Amino acid sequence: MAMTATAGHAHADPHHIGVVIEHPGPAPKRIVTAYGFWIFLLSDIVMFSCFFAAYAVLSGQTAGGPKGSEIFEQRNVAIETVCLLLSSFTCGMASIAADVRNRFWFYLGMSVTCVLGLIFLAIEFREFADLVARGYGPSRSAFVTAFFSLVGCHGLHVSAGVLWLLTMMAQVFAKGFRADVLRRMMCFALFWHALDIIWVGVFSVVYLLGSGA
Amino acid sequence: MSDQSHIGHDLAPGEEEQHSVGTRIVGYVVGLGLALLLTATSFFIAGTDLVWQPSIPVALIVLAIAQMGVHLVFFLHITTGPDNTNNVLALAFGLLVVFLVVGGTVWIMAHLNANMPPMDQIMMRQ
Repeated sequence: MAMTATAGHAHADPHHIGVVIEHPGPAPKRIVTAYGFWIFLLSDIVMFSCFFAAYAVLSGQTAGGPKGSEIFEQRNVAIETVCLLLSSFTCGMASIAADVRNRFWFYLGMSVTCVLGLIFLAIEFREFADLVARGYGPSRSAFVTAFFSLVGCHGLHVSAGVLWLLTMMAQVFAKGFRADVLRRMMCFALFWHALDIIWVGVFSVVYLLGSGA
Repeated sequence: MSDQSHIGHDLAPGEEEQHSVGTRIVGYVVGLGLALLLTATSFFIAGTDLVWQPSIPVALIVLAIAQMGVHLVFFLHITTGPDNTNNVLALAFGLLVVFLVVGGTVWIMAHLNANMPPMDQIMMRQ
């Protein structure tokens, strides 16, 4: 009995900060789900780091094609960045609304998030289409290949995020704020915020460092 | 013992039902404000002549890392709380892999030419 109490104590107070929280059993499902999804997000970030490494190595290999400073438009990138930042905020508002089960603010937050995500995708698609039309498609040089892979991979993630967002709205519409739907909503919010973190790396490394070089 | 009240603030990502709605909204507003401020600074620094030019890439990278930290704390709710220990450890391991991949690649590829014998020597050996 005494041993169990000691073991429980050591487990409940890993940092020895004196605050003992009794854990009667396994962690709540919500925490376990968030942990698992967090592991997935980290593996996604590791995958992106490979694209970043490839871009860093290949950014000078223009093969007589365009340099970064010739094809990047900072104004568009600034608009894209503001869109994603605001969408992260509205996504947070939507997840708060979901937790307090307020349908109106949930739908409003998710709709605004969706519109901002679509504006981001539209600007990015126009940029890509413009580059291809000028003959600077992914096959022009190693630099544009790395550029299209990295930025395009982030764009694909945002597209998947928008589809997931619409799915979440449909699920809340059809099933209401059930516990499993709320867990999915939490994972979606984590996904959307993680995409924003990737985008911080993209606009800093690709667009701002690239246009200076 | 005296700070039993702060337990409610140490929760895993997404696990924050004990917060009031107002507190949570303020958290997101502060995060958005800091993120916008750091973004604006990045875009300003990238195009300005006011600072010493060679310092700009370092400044941009530092600002980017700072903004990633802001996102992690205010949007993904990574904290130092007991519930978050697993998440922080996973994050630390993820960062290790990211730094090994990016740092290792850039380091090796930047020194590849210098450490290779000249092309004619390679040819002669065959």
